[in-house]
Amino acid sequence: MNSEQKEHAGLAETFNKDEDRVNWHDETLWWIRQKRDKSAHNIPEWETLRNTASAIKNHVLSNLHNYLVEFEANAKANGIIVHWAANAQEHNQIVHGILKEHGITQMVKSKSMLTEECHLNEYLAQQGVDVIDSDLGERIVQLAKEPPSHIVLPCIHKKKEEIGEIFHENLGTPAGVSDPQVLTETARQHLRETFLTRKVALTGVNFAIAETGDFVVCTNEGNADMGAHLSDVHIACMGIEKLIPKRRHLAIFLRLLTRSATGQPITTYSSHFRKPRPGQQMHLVLVDNGRSTQLGRPDFRNSLKCIRCGACMNTCPVYRRSGGHSYHSAIAGPIGSILAPNLDMRQYADLPFASTLCGSCSNVCPVKIDIHDQLYKWRQVIVKEGYGNKAKGVGLKVMNWTLSSPGAYHTAGKLGRAVMRIAPFAVNNPLNPWYKHREMPQAPKESFGEWYKKNRK
Amino acid sequence: MNSREQILAKVAANQSATLSLPADVTFTPDGDVLETFKAVALAVGSKLFEVNQVSEIPGMITEQFPFAKRIVSPLPEMAVIAETDLAGINDPHTLKDVDLAILQPHFAVAENSAAWITEDRMGQRIVPFICQHLAIIVPVQDIVATMHQAYERIANADYGFGGFIAGPSKTADIEQSLVLGAHGPRSMTIFLVR
Ligand code: SF4
Repeated sequence: MNSEQKEHAGLAETFNKDEDRVNWHDETLWWIRQKRDKSAHNIPEWETLRNTASAIKNHVLSNLHNYLVEFEANAKANGIIVHWAANAQEHNQIVHGILKEHGITQMVKSKSMLTEECHLNEYLAQQGVDVIDSDLGERIVQLAKEPPSHIVLPCIHKKKEEIGEIFHENLGTPAGVSDPQVLTETARQHLRETFLTRKVALTGVNFAIAETGDFVVCTNEGNADMGAHLSDVHIACMGIEKLIPKRRHLAIFLRLLTRSATGQPITTYSSHFRKPRPGQQMHLVLVDNGRSTQLGRPDFRNSLKCIRCGACMNTCPVYRRSGGHSYHSAIAGPIGSILAPNLDMRQYADLPFASTLCGSCSNVCPVKIDIHDQLYKWRQVIVKEGYGNKAKGVGLKVMNWTLSSPGAYHTAGKLGRAVMRIAPFAVNNPLNPWYKHREMPQAPKESFGEWYKKNRK
Repeated sequence: MNSREQILAKVAANQSATLSLPADVTFTPDGDVLETFKAVALAVGSKLFEVNQVSEIPGMITEQFPFAKRIVSPLPEMAVIAETDLAGINDPHTLKDVDLAILQPHFAVAENSAAWITEDRMGQRIVPFICQHLAIIVPVQDIVATMHQAYERIANADYGFGGFIAGPSKTADIEQSLVLGAHGPRSMTIFLVR
């Protein structure tokens, strides 16, 4: 498919053909959002943590040059080989160069949205390198020949029966087996063999510490560690925005990250890599790929604060009902819709319009990115730059999907909750008692009514 | 200009005027640290045992893990039941058949039940991940309240690799059903030493 022709409205319509699936997807993500709420409400200082995290990230972005230099010097002193990649292509070439140097044609990779963004797997496949994704969800979508549909929950769009089918075809489970326990055990056995036989492991990076040169990788499955500690060569790839100044700042970010993502108090593993194991080579690739450009857009630069928790997707009424693939970009949902137009305004002109501007995303964001404001601002930029055509009609369709949720109104008791879930934008009314709830979105700059009228033309 | 110089130059040109770094924040929640730790550990799927002495642990392990053929631990107190010379291992792959590893982290954190351990206490970096089951020993006085106290304690420690571990490895990637035992240990047992 020519990616230039992809647009949110058409892709979401495809997803919406299966109404049961849409309702299930919607409810599953809302359930995760509720787990996030419960977890956040358990921490009385939650808002202080968010404010502090946001201020630390703003500070880093305003002093990024020096932090990059400091981090590089410390990482090198720790024995790590540091590379710089201006764009996706250079990133892919660097990784391939390391593999070639070691004569390696097989690699195991843990979750890294950056390598999705750079299309590393496709690139390496063309060079004859076989990459196995080791995160269970990523392995599933890889076997299905699909991209992840969510940054934290890569195969959230798939039913267990479909996963059973994929495993039957690829990993030899009996037909019809769909028990998550059995499927996970199968993947465990299959990937254990992979971990034990691959000499090169690639991981992502959640946080990098300028002061010490540590980089931190968070997983629940333990797949990043299984790959990295068994490998002769560990390659870690990170966007230049992942830096934080001090090790102690991790306290704030690790308290926020997983509670925002899934409601867990922390991931099972928060691994701090600092020096290669004796005899091991450790590479770190610092990737720009448009980030320095975004840094120069005052209206959008603070999107670089994102710690990739996925909370904005789980809460988004449009994401929940249109599915991650409808965003036709490595990072879906509200934050993806801000990051993608920076990379290619024409190709992603539709994404900032795939939102109701309800503001629910900004309200849950652990680093307080003003996501819905930025979506609104992108719309103006896109129309001014002459890319408005692609966006036409998206707004109206967005309203149709988010409001057409037949399953949700079955009982009157569910109604209040359902309105919040289905149409958080409809309750920006001070007379509404729900309005006082502290997670309520603030009114968007443009009222929904005005926006709807403008966009239905 | 190479990419490094190019990126740094563009970042320098595009970053805003320097915004100040906020003051450090730290919080100490109400509530009993030990009780919180226990509740959270159980909630994330760990098993808990309380003992008075470390010397009670080998016997309990033999009871709890009758199936364990290969047990490893860098702790001399475990020598009666475990291989303890881990530092001498050259190839971490040889640890692939470890059924149980017994480790003593530096401390644990009540708010999330995570235990902080650095490689000098792992024997080999791969040990806490490749074992089928993991057991850790945590003296009750080595539990701090939150991650703020945790990083105060870690401070500027020099390590090659360190990590927080909270519970058994897990995944919920298939329809959000929680399955314990993804790629790392299938279970986590915590021996609290009073
Ligand atoms: S924008 Fe905020 S809520 Fe969304 S993924 Fe990033 S950090 Fe999480």
